[in-house]
Amino acid sequence: MAVQLADTAPARAHTPLMAHAFKDAFLAGLVALGLFGPLIGFETIVIDGALGLTYRPMTLAVMVGIIFVGRLILNLTVWSPNRRPRISTGPTVFDRMGTTVGPAVKPALLGLAIFFPLLAVLGLGGLSESRYLIDLGILILTYVMLGWGLNIVVGLAGLLDLGYVAFYAVGAYTYALLATSAPINDFFAGLLGETFWANWAFWICLPMAGLFAGVWGMILGFPVLRLRGDYLAIVTLAFGEIIRLVLINWVDFTGGGAGIASIPRATFFGIPFNASEDGFAALFGIPFDPMHRIIFLYFVILALAMLTAFVTVRLRKLPVGRAWEALREDEIACRSLGINTTNVKLSAFATGAMFGGFAGCFFAVRAGFVSPESFTFDISAMILAIVVLGGMGSQIGVAVAAAVMMGGMEMLRNLGFLTQVFGNDFDPSLYRMLLFGFAMVAIMVWKPRGLVSTRDPTIFLKERKAVSGDHVKEGHG
Amino acid sequence: MEVFIQQLINGLTLGSIYGLIAIGYTMVFGIIGMVNFAHGDVFMVSTFVALICFLLLTTVLGITSIFLALAIVLVVAMFFTSLTNWAIERVAYRPLRGSFRLAPMISAIGMSIFLANFVQVSQGPRNKPVPPMVTDVIVLMDSGGYQVTLAWKQVIIMVVTAALLMGFWYLVQKTSLGRAQRACEQDRKMAALLGINVDHTISLTFVIGAALAAVAGVMYMMYYGVAHFADGFVPGVKAFTAAVLGGIGSLPGAVLGGLLIGLIETFWSAYFSIEYKDVAAFSILAITLIFMPQGLLGRPEVEKV
Repeated sequence: MAVQLADTAPARAHTPLMAHAFKDAFLAGLVALGLFGPLIGFETIVIDGALGLTYRPMTLAVMVGIIFVGRLILNLTVWSPNRRPRISTGPTVFDRMGTTVGPAVKPALLGLAIFFPLLAVLGLGGLSESRYLIDLGILILTYVMLGWGLNIVVGLAGLLDLGYVAFYAVGAYTYALLATSAPINDFFAGLLGETFWANWAFWICLPMAGLFAGVWGMILGFPVLRLRGDYLAIVTLAFGEIIRLVLINWVDFTGGGAGIASIPRATFFGIPFNASEDGFAALFGIPFDPMHRIIFLYFVILALAMLTAFVTVRLRKLPVGRAWEALREDEIACRSLGINTTNVKLSAFATGAMFGGFAGCFFAVRAGFVSPESFTFDISAMILAIVVLGGMGSQIGVAVAAAVMMGGMEMLRNLGFLTQVFGNDFDPSLYRMLLFGFAMVAIMVWKPRGLVSTRDPTIFLKERKAVSGDHVKEGHG
Repeated sequence: MEVFIQQLINGLTLGSIYGLIAIGYTMVFGIIGMVNFAHGDVFMVSTFVALICFLLLTTVLGITSIFLALAIVLVVAMFFTSLTNWAIERVAYRPLRGSFRLAPMISAIGMSIFLANFVQVSQGPRNKPVPPMVTDVIVLMDSGGYQVTLAWKQVIIMVVTAALLMGFWYLVQKTSLGRAQRACEQDRKMAALLGINVDHTISLTFVIGAALAAVAGVMYMMYYGVAHFADGFVPGVKAFTAAVLGGIGSLPGAVLGGLLIGLIETFWSAYFSIEYKDVAAFSILAITLIFMPQGLLGRPEVEKV
């Protein structure tokens, strides 16, 4: 009898289900109307110096319609009470794909990264034609490196750092100041001789930049690392802003808002990339092309990124790396086991900062110009979003997330049909941060351990726990 | 002396605005123990709602009485901002209760980025100059060249803030909603066992916080005469500083902290350097957290397993 009831009940519940779904979708639409009504329905525009309003009822209707229909469909399918939840025991399709394809992914991606300039040049039929693609590759790799650097802090040690851009800025300004002699020479007022501070080479400045950023990481980290997670986040955010404000206002030393221009360009270990007699092209007996420098820069950032990945992978196997992961999982347990949490946190903070400094140094040499505008909170947020989307702690995930978010957005810009759909002034890069923000919320709600890949602690007692970290509170399961 | 009194007036005005925003931070922190990073951007959204409503009232409906318009704007902004914050809590924070430690914070940062860029995309990246609304001033002192003035808009800000805080105080101390809120703050599980609808109470906390932020938003728009999509970030951090300085979780502390931050900022700008006023505020945040994490009126926090 009970079985019969169970079988027939859904059929009888059909009409109320429809009514309920419609009612719920209607309410959701109403809320959406309230949320979007003022900001999408009206636009404030400046007409003749005074503010006026224009109306966008169609956009509003479309947005509310999307919410209504989407909610209705969800109510009738995924959230329907008649739907039997599929209980999956074994690994999902993605897990199986991950285990079979997984080992090949890393070498394949590395190979792609190494041969990318060659492929771009061959594919586009010429050095100068491939400039755009290789520039894009450099941009992506810079963010991959920044993501990996921040990953040490956020992903491995579980410290939320919202001021990561500060270390990027320290690295960039280190190179900018040491490579252009004037302000730093004035600052030290002839200390160690007039020529000592003049025009340091990139390869000397690079370790200096990392060192300075690491030291800054220690200085900033030391007082604040005792704070609990969200306080730490806000204080690092405040430090990031303080450094930016100092860069803007300390005009004598940093050039203020105007920044530092004409920073010396990268050389091939001392050999300049120019058309002169002793230039790179003449020395190797090939025709001069400005692309040589770009391709060289590509390999520099690739090497730096690989260094970051390599160091991280090795550190994870050392006691300090184990301590980072343990700290992420449960801080109180760590303290009970005698780990000096302050030192462990500080080492993670400084290591992450150091790689940020390397990336900053590279940024300065590539752009040839630094200004405080390049080091806003948006960059910190973007790097954090990449780490979160990639799966905190996962190397490959962060790389994929950086490539998709930076490269994907850049690609969208070139898609012609999008401008036809959304009008001529449509610029996808405007929507990048919007998508980043939305994706961060969505990831936290649905897959808090990352979309692309998840990373469990490297080491565990006896056996991997059956319950994955997604389903339990921090430090349980 | 005249400069001092003038800065005192300006500082208290600014402090009232910060105090109103800070209450939103401190209430949410008290009840669910998270820093609602998006609160500053909720405040920014409220300035835009207020701006749109004001333009609608004055240019389209042709209301000439500025005070009537402001009153309507206040109510409308409070409604829409509360709705926004309610929706944010439902979508971005409620599913994360019991998730791992950093999850709500990251979600809140995402929400903050989303809101700022949503406004940028929908309203454009440019500054919106708001037509001046209340321009009359009272001259308090006049000593040969330097006038100490009290603008009517400053009076409005202080009076509205004081009135709202009194109403809010009554709400928290005397009503059943306030009792439920304080109960959830002390022990959420126990409150649930005693028949308090915890989800409902938390939602209402977000609604009240957003309503107060909306008041701050209307006042901010009226006082500075500008609305900008990135204007939520810095006031948000400063209001959070105020909440921390006053002792996070403590409501009188938030107001006190707000006033202090407002005063420190104006005095710093007047006597030291205006360029470093944000640095001063951010440094106070760091110094307070490092040396006095419980704040002026807060309770020390004990971390339990």
